[in-house]
Amino acid sequence: MGDTPIQGEKRVFMTGNEVVAWAALAAKADIMYGYPITPQNEIMHYWTRMAPKYGKRFLQTEDELSAGFTTVGGVLAGRKAFTATAGPGNTLMQEPMSMAEMMRIPTVLVVQQRGGPSTATVIYSQQEVTMTTYGGNGEGLRIVYSTSTHQELFDYTIKAFNTAWKYRFPTFILADGYQAKMRESLTLYNPEDRGIKLIDPEPLLGKEPVNGEKKPTHLRNTYNTEEELYEVITKYMDEYLKVAPEIMEYEEGNVDDADIIVVSHGVVTRAARGAVQELRNAGLKVGYFRPITLRPFPGEQLKKAVVNAKTMLIVESAYGQLAKLVKDAIYGTTINLEYLFKPGVGITAEEIVAKCKELLK
Amino acid sequence: MSVEPQMPKSWNRETKPHKFCPGCGHGLVLKALGEAIDELGIQDKVVFGCDIGCSLLAWDFFNVDTVQTHHGRTTPVVTGIKRANPDVICIAYMGDGGGYAIGSQHLVNAAARNERITAILVNNTNYAMTGGQMAPTTLPGQKTETSPYGRDVQLMGYPTQGPEMVAAITREGAYVARGTVANLRQLKKYLKKALENQMAGNGFSFVEALSTCPTNWRTNAKETWAFLENEMPKYFKVGEIKVPGQKEAGQDG
Ligand SMILES: Cc1ncc(C[n+]2csc(CCOP(=O)(O)OP(=O)(O)O)c2C)c(N)n1
Ligand code: SF4
Repeated sequence: MGDTPIQGEKRVFMTGNEVVAWAALAAKADIMYGYPITPQNEIMHYWTRMAPKYGKRFLQTEDELSAGFTTVGGVLAGRKAFTATAGPGNTLMQEPMSMAEMMRIPTVLVVQQRGGPSTATVIYSQQEVTMTTYGGNGEGLRIVYSTSTHQELFDYTIKAFNTAWKYRFPTFILADGYQAKMRESLTLYNPEDRGIKLIDPEPLLGKEPVNGEKKPTHLRNTYNTEEELYEVITKYMDEYLKVAPEIMEYEEGNVDDADIIVVSHGVVTRAARGAVQELRNAGLKVGYFRPITLRPFPGEQLKKAVVNAKTMLIVESAYGQLAKLVKDAIYGTTINLEYLFKPGVGITAEEIVAKCKELLK
Repeated sequence: MSVEPQMPKSWNRETKPHKFCPGCGHGLVLKALGEAIDELGIQDKVVFGCDIGCSLLAWDFFNVDTVQTHHGRTTPVVTGIKRANPDVICIAYMGDGGGYAIGSQHLVNAAARNERITAILVNNTNYAMTGGQMAPTTLPGQKTETSPYGRDVQLMGYPTQGPEMVAAITREGAYVARGTVANLRQLKKYLKKALENQMAGNGFSFVEALSTCPTNWRTNAKETWAFLENEMPKYFKVGEIKVPGQKEAGQDG
């Protein structure tokens, strides 16, 4: 039973769900709690095949409420615990994740978005943005990474455990059905070989007595008065806003002289990059901006990126969920906004090229 | 001369007197539990989970590690803790609404999986904290805020027989009993056995405690006690229902 599942760097060709399972192993996750839902099932399938070889555990629960709450329990016990879900499962997970938010429990949840609302499709969409960023009853004190390639799925799943345990906010990997199911090449690595220090988990409950003495911990998420709650949330919000700039990530290309900036996230960014390349080849001034963290949202960076542009084109496989985050972030900017919304279906580079050419006419 | 009230060692003295209404059975169940914890000497190893409902008032009741969670979700939280750290002794403490209505799927599945935890469910025949609505355990004909003319069993069915259900779906290793705050010595014995059963790694342990809610029952001391002792046991039979190692009727070993 080896401690390091990945020896050296390894070029592989695998599905996104398999990548997540490998990444969780590489991040030294201890236990997964899960409930089947397409398109994330294979994360559990791979985890249950590999995990026992490394002394890792799994529990298949009765539903997503339970998977979320057992994950909360696993983290309270001091383990790197995680779960994965999609669509209606994500809806159910909002209850445990709001507890994690309130009690600063570093849960990790991988969401492989599918179409919605309700059962809808089992395939692909970007329609879980609003729910994943702000879905609970609360203020959305969480961290959401939106990945666009399998390499990122690996990198950011590892990172998610570190982010969660460092800042003590629930952390989400927001991927999608395409990433879950398609095969792509990437490099697996042992994070410690690349100088990435993995944060050690520690128990919040069930700690051993120190010098024979035990000081009990009392955790609650119920408060008696509005003022008491106000104080707690204000403190958490201050802490969140303070660390947000350290957490925010984004990617941009060809923004400096661009007339149009294409804004997208996740796999749609692959189409955006391709479109920008093609338009540049044709001598047209188009650039792109992509928030990697959807929460906290890199608003100032986006404002800076679009400062010289005339138009921002927001492209997403949803009806304006990213656009809502963007509009909130750039409030006060007078840039012209245009949209390409395709809820529940993929978007090609050709479509973005055509839309940009129309706008440049 | 003043005499210090007798308190279990595992109680958190700083939070006493406790926050339950006068005459509430929760305090008595928690007293029996506190004594059981003391007698087993496990205070430093216990993780106590409590639900939403009046049980949440116990979030700082004991000098043991505690987590208060959502309505009906105490069982999975405690299951998650136990699965991640089997060395701690996990107690899930909830009401009848939390355990038999909103959280019933968790109770059923934890029992079916034989989770090595101890679940304690306080049956006061109503949703107390929200102001006395009908619960799965409300007796036929009993008036509550949402059954103002009395529970009509034609419309709402009969009271949930929790321990009987848990006994039916668990196999070898489970411990199931129903106690009452009218007999604290016996209740403590059941709670102790339920904890010992977990400590021995046998399987799921479940104790329902018949309890009082004078506030929502709108009863005085005498009527409260009469309801607890005379009315409730008509539907809820007090006693041990399943004990590991004992051959039970209707089970094929
Ligand atoms: C998801 C959810 N639904 C409803 C409530 C409101 N609620 C709070 S306490 C409670 C009833 C609790 O009754 P029970 O579990 O029987 O415990 P008791 O108060 O009687 O001890 C309800 C419905 C809630 N907090 N969360
Ligand atoms: S409302 Fe009922 S159950 Fe709740 S504390 Fe008061 S008496 Fe006890």
